[in-house]
Parts: sequence; C-alpha cells; structure tokens
Amino acid sequence: MNKTPLFEKHLECKGKLIDFGGWELPVEYSGIILEHEAVRNAAGLFDVSHMGEVIVSGEDAENYLQMMVTNDISGMEVSQIYYSPMCYPNGGVVDDLLIYKYNREKYLLVVNASNTQKDVEWLQSHLFGKTEIKDVSSEYAQLALQGPAAQKILQKITEKDLDEIKFFYFCDPVNIGGISALISRNGYTGEDGFEILMAHDDAPVLWDKLMAAGKEEGLIPAGLGARDTLRFEVCLPLYGHELEKEITPLEAGLGFFVKLNKDDFIGKEALIKQKDEGLKRKLCALEMIERGIPRAEYEVFAGDEKIGHITTGSYSPTLNKNIGLALLNTEFSAEGTIVEVAVRNKRVQAKVEKKPFYEKKYKK
Amino acid sequence: MIIADEMKYTKTHEWVKTDGIKCYVGLTDYAQIHLGQIVFVDLPEVGDELGAGDQFAEVESVKAVSEVYTPVSGTVEAINEELLDNPAALNDDAYSSWLVLIEMTDAAETESLMSPAEYNELCEKLDEEAVH
Repeated sequence: MNKTPLFEKHLECKGKLIDFGGWELPVEYSGIILEHEAVRNAAGLFDVSHMGEVIVSGEDAENYLQMMVTNDISGMEVSQIYYSPMCYPNGGVVDDLLIYKYNREKYLLVVNASNTQKDVEWLQSHLFGKTEIKDVSSEYAQLALQGPAAQKILQKITEKDLDEIKFFYFCDPVNIGGISALISRNGYTGEDGFEILMAHDDAPVLWDKLMAAGKEEGLIPAGLGARDTLRFEVCLPLYGHELEKEITPLEAGLGFFVKLNKDDFIGKEALIKQKDEGLKRKLCALEMIERGIPRAEYEVFAGDEKIGHITTGSYSPTLNKNIGLALLNTEFSAEGTIVEVAVRNKRVQAKVEKKPFYEKKYKK
Repeated sequence: MIIADEMKYTKTHEWVKTDGIKCYVGLTDYAQIHLGQIVFVDLPEVGDELGAGDQFAEVESVKAVSEVYTPVSGTVEAINEELLDNPAALNDDAYSSWLVLIEMTDAAETESLMSPAEYNELCEKLDEEAVH
C-alpha cells in the first residue's frame, strides 16, 4: 500500500489506519466527532498528501485547459485558484479538481488521489498545441490546516502576512518555519483554513511545527472520517459519491462551475442539451424524520416507486441529526417533500431540506 | 480493553449474562472500541421471537454499521430503551449497557460460548492480525 511521508506521524498520534484507495491513511485519531468539533471550533490538521498534483505548461496551456474543464478559466488572475469539474463528452464527470494559475503558460492541478492515473491519461490523450502534462504527485506532500484558529496558528511560524492571501488564492513560495511551501486559503471543511503544499520530505518537520504552534489553540490531528463529515455538512461533493461517470455536474448542483456560454469544451453539447431538456434528477439534502442513518447507496422511495439513491449519509456531529445527500428524480426534489429511505429492511421517512445543512464560514 | 468475568462471549463480539432462563445480551468493550463513538442503536421489539444466530440489533458509529447477533433462542422480554436516546452509553460502559433481555427456550445454548479467558485470547489474536 502507498504511504505518505507522514506515515510515522500517524502512528505516533495513534491514528487508526485504513486502506483509502490504496493509501494507508488514518480514518481517525482521537475520534471522528472530537476531530470534527475541533475543526468547527478551533483547528484540525489533515494529511492530504495522497492528493494528485499535475502541472500543465506550455504556450497553449490556457486554451488546452479551457477545452478540458467546464469552468471558464479565461478570467483567472495569477495566483488564483478555481474549482472545476472535468467532463466526458456525455457530461459525466472524469474528476473534479482545483486549478492553480501561475501564469497563462503554467497551471497546477490538484486532483483526487484515486483518480490521478485516470486523469493523467485523460489529459494526455487530449493534448494539443504546445502543451505538456507532468504528474508530480510523488514529489509533493500536502497538509490542510482547517478551522477558525487556522490563520492564527499558521501566522506564528511564517513572516508572510496571511491576510494577503485571500479566499481561493495562493502564494508560492512562502517560508514557513524554514520550509519552502505553497500556501493557499481554501479547504474541504467549510471553515477558514489553508492548504500547504511542500516537498515530500519536508512534511514531517512542518507537521511537528504546526502541531507545536497550534497547541494553545486546541489544534489536533484530524483524519479522513472527520474530513468526510465536515465536507458533507456543507454539501461539498466527493468524487465517487455526488460526482461520477454517470452523474453530470448539473445534476450534482454544480451549475455555477459549468460555463455553458464559453467556447467549446468537452461535454458542452451534452450539458447544454441536458439543461435545455430540464434535469431529470437533482442532488437533494435529506433530513431523517424517523429513526435511522442514511448511508451511501441506500435506495430512496416514494410509495412503491424508487426515486433515487443516497450519495452520502451520516450522523451529523454539528447538527446532531441524521442527514443525507440523495440524487432524486426532480419531481421529488422540492423542499419539504417527504420521501422514504430504505434502511436495510425498513422504510424510514425523511424530508427534503435546503442545502447546505451547515453554512460555510469562509473568510473572504 | 475490559473483559468482564461474569459474562460469556461470542466470536461476533457479543456478551451474555444469564440469570436462570433469562439472558442479557450486549456488545463487548472490544467491539465498542473498534466501532468508535456510537451514534445510533436499533433494537427489536419486546415480544419478538429470536433464533440462535439471528441478527437482532444494529449499532452504528459515524462511519460504520455493525450487526449484532443473539447466540441464544427465545423471546425478547425487554429492550434497553435508554440506548435509543443515548447510544454513546455503549462506549461509556459496554457491560452495563445491555441491549436486550431474552427469555431463553434452551438455556443449554450458552454452554458452548467462550469463557472470558478464551475471548481474551481471540481479541489478542485479532489485534495481532490487524498489526501484521
């Protein structure tokens, strides 16, 4: 199995290790709920070194990326980050990714770990003009410092004024405690926070420095379990659940990141057609009315009719409720609609609610 | 991890404590530690008939769903309703947090269950396998 450079740190911190798409990573350390609450109220430190990193460079890099992704990157500023789905011609999703702009001839893509190889092959097979693709995943480690205390903690070990790094912008390089790193203000938890990309071998040192700097603020290491419940409460999609080959970004409620009026891009025709014909299904937020926890892939019914499935479901630590995201036939997607989730051999009532379950607390 | 002396144990991490033909069934400390913080418990109804080996409850942590099986046959005489509102009590004390009380039809079914020492051996073996 793949190990990140922080493997020894996970053992030291008594992380409960699991196989996450071929990576040996902690699902939790002190407990998912404790870690979840730390990120909502103080700060948590995540090892996200498994994420893939791809450099797109060359004279035609901008035009090429415009063709590959659904968002419109033509208006991006230098040092800005965009989120975008990347689609197949049929509108289904290859992956969702972050695009970091160095300049019009150099972009960094951060992609889902388990999709890295697929993405690189997809990107390679559509290359045109003077453009190069380089998978640099193995060269980098990545940490996510998330929570309302994140800035205060990180500021202790860097001279860089972090107020200068706005939401969805980055700075590279920044000296953090003697280590050269890329810092961006973004994350996957709905809280303020930073992602820090650095050379593979520098990660353990920076982990220790951050943990020491955050001690007073209540910083604790946080695992994949809390990462999932945190992103889920604010309805950020996870590839393989809310997004996949058979789900379009429009169905997943990501229309904001699909610019149908920009020049040609892969999937444009299918997505325009889907929009014109009206969506047949939509991603909805469900709150359980009766006792039961919805889980991914549980079926959803209205009477005898199967109307969709749960994409992610869990107990919500912040709300102390059982909630789920579900891809439902559009006629059942209105707020207040009562549906039934098949929890094992029982039908359990749930109600369609407004998204997100929990409002994002970004510092913009 | 605690293994209570007065109980008998199953391979699927349930404990039983008998009192004549009455039998309390619960989840072991080993099981609750491995599940993590428990956020949901589903129990059968009083009066339900169970056969040895039947699944009769579900216990869920944030990430995992765990099925609970009864090693004895009989009728559900009582359920621990407190757990429905406070499932985390299972984490606090797995041995006082019984799930159901069963009136057994065949008390001899408990004889083949594991002793505390045997169960301890099983847990140690499982932990060792998890490390390798």
